[in-house]
Amino acid sequence: MEKITFDQLQEELYYENLENGLDVYILPKAGFNKTYATFTTKYGSIDNHFLPPGKEENVKVPDGIAHFLEHKLFEKADGDVFQQFSKQGASANAFTSFTRTAYLFSSTSNVEKNLETLIDFVQEPYFTEKTVEKEKGIIGQEITMYDDNPDWRLYFGLIQNMYKNHPVKIDIAGTIDSISHITKDMLYECYHTFYHPSNMLLFIVGPIEPVQIMNLVKGNQAKKEYKELPEIKRLFEEEPVVVAEEKQVLQMNVQTSKCLVGVKAQNVNQTGDEMLKTELCLNVMLDILFGKSSDHYSFLYNEGLIDDSFSYDYTQEAGFGFAMVGGDTGDPDRLADSLKCILLKGKENGVITNESLERTKKKKIGAFLRAINSPEYIANQFTRYAFNEMNLFDVVPTLEGITLEDIEVAANELLSENRFTVCQVVPKR
Amino acid sequence: MDLLSESVKSMNGYKLHVVNTDKYKTNTLVWKMKAPLNKETVTLRALLPYVLQSNSESYPTTGKLRSYLDELYGATLFVDLAKKGEYHIISFSMEVANEKFLADTTALLKKAFQFLAEILTKPNVQGDSFDLETVEKEKRTLKQRIQSVFDDKMRYSNFRLIQEMCEEEPYSLHVHGDKDSVDHITAENLYQYFKNALNQDELDLYVIGDVDEKEVESFAQELLQFNNRSPQSISSSNYSRKNNVHEVKEEQDVKQGKLNIGYRTNVVYGDEDYFALQVFNGIFGGFSHSKLFINVREKASLAYYASSRLESHKGLMMVMSGIENKNYDQAISIINAQMEAMKNGDFTENEIVQTKAVIKNQLLETIDTARGIVEILYHNVVSKKDVTINDWMEKMDSATKDEIVAVASKVTLDTIYFLTGKEDK
Repeated sequence: MEKITFDQLQEELYYENLENGLDVYILPKAGFNKTYATFTTKYGSIDNHFLPPGKEENVKVPDGIAHFLEHKLFEKADGDVFQQFSKQGASANAFTSFTRTAYLFSSTSNVEKNLETLIDFVQEPYFTEKTVEKEKGIIGQEITMYDDNPDWRLYFGLIQNMYKNHPVKIDIAGTIDSISHITKDMLYECYHTFYHPSNMLLFIVGPIEPVQIMNLVKGNQAKKEYKELPEIKRLFEEEPVVVAEEKQVLQMNVQTSKCLVGVKAQNVNQTGDEMLKTELCLNVMLDILFGKSSDHYSFLYNEGLIDDSFSYDYTQEAGFGFAMVGGDTGDPDRLADSLKCILLKGKENGVITNESLERTKKKKIGAFLRAINSPEYIANQFTRYAFNEMNLFDVVPTLEGITLEDIEVAANELLSENRFTVCQVVPKR
Repeated sequence: MDLLSESVKSMNGYKLHVVNTDKYKTNTLVWKMKAPLNKETVTLRALLPYVLQSNSESYPTTGKLRSYLDELYGATLFVDLAKKGEYHIISFSMEVANEKFLADTTALLKKAFQFLAEILTKPNVQGDSFDLETVEKEKRTLKQRIQSVFDDKMRYSNFRLIQEMCEEEPYSLHVHGDKDSVDHITAENLYQYFKNALNQDELDLYVIGDVDEKEVESFAQELLQFNNRSPQSISSSNYSRKNNVHEVKEEQDVKQGKLNIGYRTNVVYGDEDYFALQVFNGIFGGFSHSKLFINVREKASLAYYASSRLESHKGLMMVMSGIENKNYDQAISIINAQMEAMKNGDFTENEIVQTKAVIKNQLLETIDTARGIVEILYHNVVSKKDVTINDWMEKMDSATKDEIVAVASKVTLDTIYFLTGKEDK
């Protein structure tokens, strides 16, 4: 077991790569009551076209299957795992994103038992035709719930505008029609492709003793047999650099309009330090342009174009990336034009000053300290970073090293007119 | 061992609560202002904190004010409003880095205190009025904030349930006030109200983090001084519906129906049977092992979510579920059957043990965050009780099946609200 210390932050991280390929990280947090653990596979909604191990032919699976699988793993021959967790005083959950499926629990007692339960339930799938059918009603209601949610529709509408082929444009839960085609055999095929320990990461944070916890995990894994998995082959179609649609307007049952402006990233084959730097630079840039201390924010707010729902973010994963800016607005068209204009001007010399850069760096460093008060944040973000070969604990040193030139390079790479798109939700007439 | 201990000091016009802990990388300040909910002041109170956080005497624009916070290593300031029982509570929260985790060792806590004091006591005022432009801008945003409840159907249907159920009570007021009243607010009358509120509201300051208690006290003494007061309190209302269950259906263009059901528990925070009520709610609908989740979701596949929660200070329990419009009758009958089962004691020792374990876990997790600590401690301010978290856990843990059944018998169905789609009629 390797021990990594972060002096400034006063944190220690323990790491081991087990024989079956599983990455295990343990971060002791003294003084906390709760232990939080995530068991995550590098498998999300975008992984819908792949070569199953031992097979000759690639398969394409129905939209929403990774999320469906996440739901079904909780069900076992003797009932559902939620029951067992709550008997052990834990609360359990799971989520599926574009690139990951995470299973998790938090508990303030019986930590070792709960950890075994977490690992075992994820590693012992039990799918039957009957339970698969039953789940379709439940997930169907999850899908309709999101259909009625204007913020979700706006967010997904914007991604669909950006991407022509890439499966990031597919709604994570799929559609009622697409999930109707899911069978137990398909679930097993996805499971055996993506749930091998070598494609997974276990993160445990809490008031725990690292050696003891690591031994428990190792003992648990040693009892299970895994054949070595060849590298997973995922297939993606070629994606144009320009956006698929420049604008989309959704009419919904709302009283206030909403507007998001998106910019599709082109340089999305980065990993590691390079990717970390790009992500941080662009988030710093957005903060300088749109943060509450900026002139632009005051202008937009004073003009009634934004309110406190306004937000901005840049995110990147292997194969896709985008910036998003917007929120509720009194005038969706004027807001779209203003945001585009501010972003394009952002590349010009002199808009981003050294003073604003230094101030924003301070702000980001403070925000990072605040974030790592949260065990959930640490486990989830560490995993996301690790899957992209980045290290969460490099955030502060990388931020400190960012220069005006770095921002300029990242901004020039991102901001180009043919990669802008707008999505709006307006009241139904 | 005490799981959570606060030291409480009476200061000039307010109470200072300090919780010393070294588990965070930041320090947190929360300022609370509490007054009875009523129609005349609810919208003024909803606007006030947003005006105060926009700018101040030394930082006359939002840009200047926020730049200063950025300089303090991204200290955060945010305001929010809550209803606890028939009280309307304004909170100002600040979180600031603890400089011991920074390369730069400038002392940040005092600066945060000074800043909070500036926001609360030195607003941007001209004569006897807030800055006109600021008030007008915030009025516009407040209207949008009120309006946005309509767009989030889950929040909307919950709000409508309360509105229908508590029609005769102040609790029916929306936490962000009433859109039509916004236009009656002026920069002058809001400033007048601000002065009243600082003189009359019950005020509490919470400081959570790795701090020196004496130092915090001296900051507070130096920077925050108000007149002493005896805060207004209201006797808890014991409203009960005389006639039958109130049933409301509202049609809108929605794909999923939202079913919200309100019950009167006739028990409030700190009552002897409050702790049994918590266990009752946990077995009935609070968790993913509860009767509602198992029967509405897992067995009948009717919903993605089906749960219940308590409003502890008002004595309400609310059930919520998203279902297909056509499944209304089936969902109601399943939910009613679960309530019957609770009243008949049709639940196992196992369910009791499991529920207590999860509630205990939830409480302990809540006090792992600074905000959670404040929320737990503030229950005692609202209820004027003195329940420690240790008492809470012990009393909850010792609740017997008989006590749970006894408290179940006090729970009465009041209002069923259903937001239904237009299509399948």
